[in-house]
Amino acid sequence: MRKFMSSAAVAVVMMAGLGAAQAADVKEVQMLHWWTSGGEAAALNVLKQDLSKEGFAWKDVPVAGGGGDAAMTALKAMVAAGTYPTASQMLGYTVLDYAQAGVMGDLTETAKKEGWDKSVPAALQKFSVYDGKWVAAPVNVHSVNWLWINKAVMDKIGGTQPKTFDDLIALLDKAKAAGVIPLALGGQNWQEATMFDSIVLSTGGPEFYKKAFNDLDEESLKSDTMKKSFDNLATIIKYVDPNFSGRDWNLATAMVIKGDALVQVMGDWAKGEFVAAKKTPDKDFLCYRFPGTEGSVVYNSDMFGMFNVPDDRKAAQVALATATLSKSFQSAFNVVKGSVPARTDVPDTDFDACGKKGIADLKAANEGGTLFGSLAQGYGAPPAIANAYKDVVSKFVHGQIKSSDEAVKQLVQAIDDAR
Amino acid sequence: MSTVATTDPVLTPAHSTAISLRGRLQDALPKIVLAPSFVITLVFVYGFIIWTAYLSFTNSKTFPSYALTGARAYQRLWRWTFESDPPSSWYTSITNMAIFGFLYVGICLALGLFLAILLDQKIRGEGLLRPIFLYPMALSFIVTGVAWKWFLDPGLGLEQTLHHFGWTSFHFDWIKNKDFVIYTVVIAGVWQASGFVMAMFLAGLRGIDGEIMKAAQIDGASPLQLYRRIVIPLLRPIFLSAFIVLAHMAIKSYDLVVALTSGGPGGSAWLPSNFMYEYTFKRNEMAVGSASAIIMLMTISAIIVPYLYSELKEKAR
Repeated sequence: MRKFMSSAAVAVVMMAGLGAAQAADVKEVQMLHWWTSGGEAAALNVLKQDLSKEGFAWKDVPVAGGGGDAAMTALKAMVAAGTYPTASQMLGYTVLDYAQAGVMGDLTETAKKEGWDKSVPAALQKFSVYDGKWVAAPVNVHSVNWLWINKAVMDKIGGTQPKTFDDLIALLDKAKAAGVIPLALGGQNWQEATMFDSIVLSTGGPEFYKKAFNDLDEESLKSDTMKKSFDNLATIIKYVDPNFSGRDWNLATAMVIKGDALVQVMGDWAKGEFVAAKKTPDKDFLCYRFPGTEGSVVYNSDMFGMFNVPDDRKAAQVALATATLSKSFQSAFNVVKGSVPARTDVPDTDFDACGKKGIADLKAANEGGTLFGSLAQGYGAPPAIANAYKDVVSKFVHGQIKSSDEAVKQLVQAIDDAR
Repeated sequence: MSTVATTDPVLTPAHSTAISLRGRLQDALPKIVLAPSFVITLVFVYGFIIWTAYLSFTNSKTFPSYALTGARAYQRLWRWTFESDPPSSWYTSITNMAIFGFLYVGICLALGLFLAILLDQKIRGEGLLRPIFLYPMALSFIVTGVAWKWFLDPGLGLEQTLHHFGWTSFHFDWIKNKDFVIYTVVIAGVWQASGFVMAMFLAGLRGIDGEIMKAAQIDGASPLQLYRRIVIPLLRPIFLSAFIVLAHMAIKSYDLVVALTSGGPGGSAWLPSNFMYEYTFKRNEMAVGSASAIIMLMTISAIIVPYLYSELKEKAR
């Protein structure tokens, strides 16, 4: 039943999109995105101003609702109707899906001129280059294998930076003994899976993570190391407060900010919350790599997918892409957003301590070949598989799947189904 | 209209054609006015049903693809139907649908009838009470969901409040519990819809002929007998309408689950509509989503069509 209503909604959006395109001005950048929260909007403003200096007007294609699901549905409808926006915020495999459908533009010329090949990490190029052509401009790199710790609580319990998984458990025990919630977690499947990404990398090491979660090698997925990872997940889940189910990630971050909880395992967008609450790294909060994952970076990245617009709108698109990957924008935007620049040659002068660490880590991981796409964030495998994975992890966390043996069996089956 | 022309033979031929043209136009007017909405319904309901059915036999992922590839989507759903330990998302969805549908429709009907009977006792302040019970219906499922989410959250709502009042042993965490979360959806749904059902029954009760009641009372029927033997059987058409309204609300409830539980721990509050949306639009498995939509449609038809048929046949007799 829903289906038919959605189809009708799609049709309505298509008509609306048609109207918008006819009114399109060639000196205008049409941009579909879901960055509506305060910090995100402020960060985008930088880009708007850069473009207006070159005489291009900015037009948001309005899409309500965070998380991007609504935006992606609207985009699907627009593309189906043949009225492409100039660019759209996109994630990982979505870019490749659209490129495969043949609706993406070609920015190779601009890329050559600007030297993107050398400055953008190869792991990102996997998603922004399709069939030898640049189809998207990466905006930032988020990495997910971080611990965010409240320093006051850490000092109170006399903790030090955990170097191994066992250290982390010992630290959580200390917090528990001191009457603080040890681990702040939101019980939504993507948050649980994001934490599990770090656990797998910590348990199995970089080689294992790549084989299991980027190459989807069945032997690795079935292996004892994967079972051990699920055991570790079961161990760490015991330190979560009973009321965690369904909690939003930023509420979990707020628990750490307020000192109700010691630590959160979350991507670096959590830093945006700390900064918004006027907290300073190393003084009010600490950022460490998840123990056992130093030297590796599990990433996701926001990209601006560039559509195959008519020639008269091309100039605006090129200007947008150039501005997006310019060093000044990359620095200004990512300082606000909490992420790190998508090119490795941007100076880290404006970034705070955690940002500097993140930039250095990204550079090292890129050079050392330990930069991996996060499966939980849709950079390890296409959405069907990523979601099947999130399902299994979430069912394990919430007790529908009772043992790690069963979890491994389910994971292999679910990924196989979704292939 | 031709009758008009023949009964008036004195009319000139020109006049007569004018009348018949106007007459024909008048004749066709309802059809002309209805045609657009008929076409729209045809295309946007039945056309899309056929389109969805077609897509379910393809291997559509992000975008529709039109090469038929067989019933792989149905095979997967069929296998998932029996995966109960650990439960597959589809298994969870359909068992939840059974629990939710049965309890939601049942409780709403019972509670609505009960409230209507109480309100029908010619009490004072009925005019005030009626809108109070009816008003939850004016809220969207989203609002209902969010309000109940806060109320039922152990860290914010009922449990926390009672703890503040000193009843610290009180424990109610259904909304965080994978085995009970679907019942919180029932609670919120019933809260919203039972007042509406009450209004329907109240209208029905008011429509019952007072003479029959009086006659039964003179014959010595107790109030209980009166309701059981006379009033409730007379309300049968209302039951039908209420059932159809509630059943379709139960089947399409999607927003309530999302707003109230965001899917529940490990997806344990999903209904088939959630499954369908997730697979079609978030997981880019359009074929599986379409197949689940078709299965939902067939299930509803299997229940509603025979019921409607028997009810309408009885009326025609």
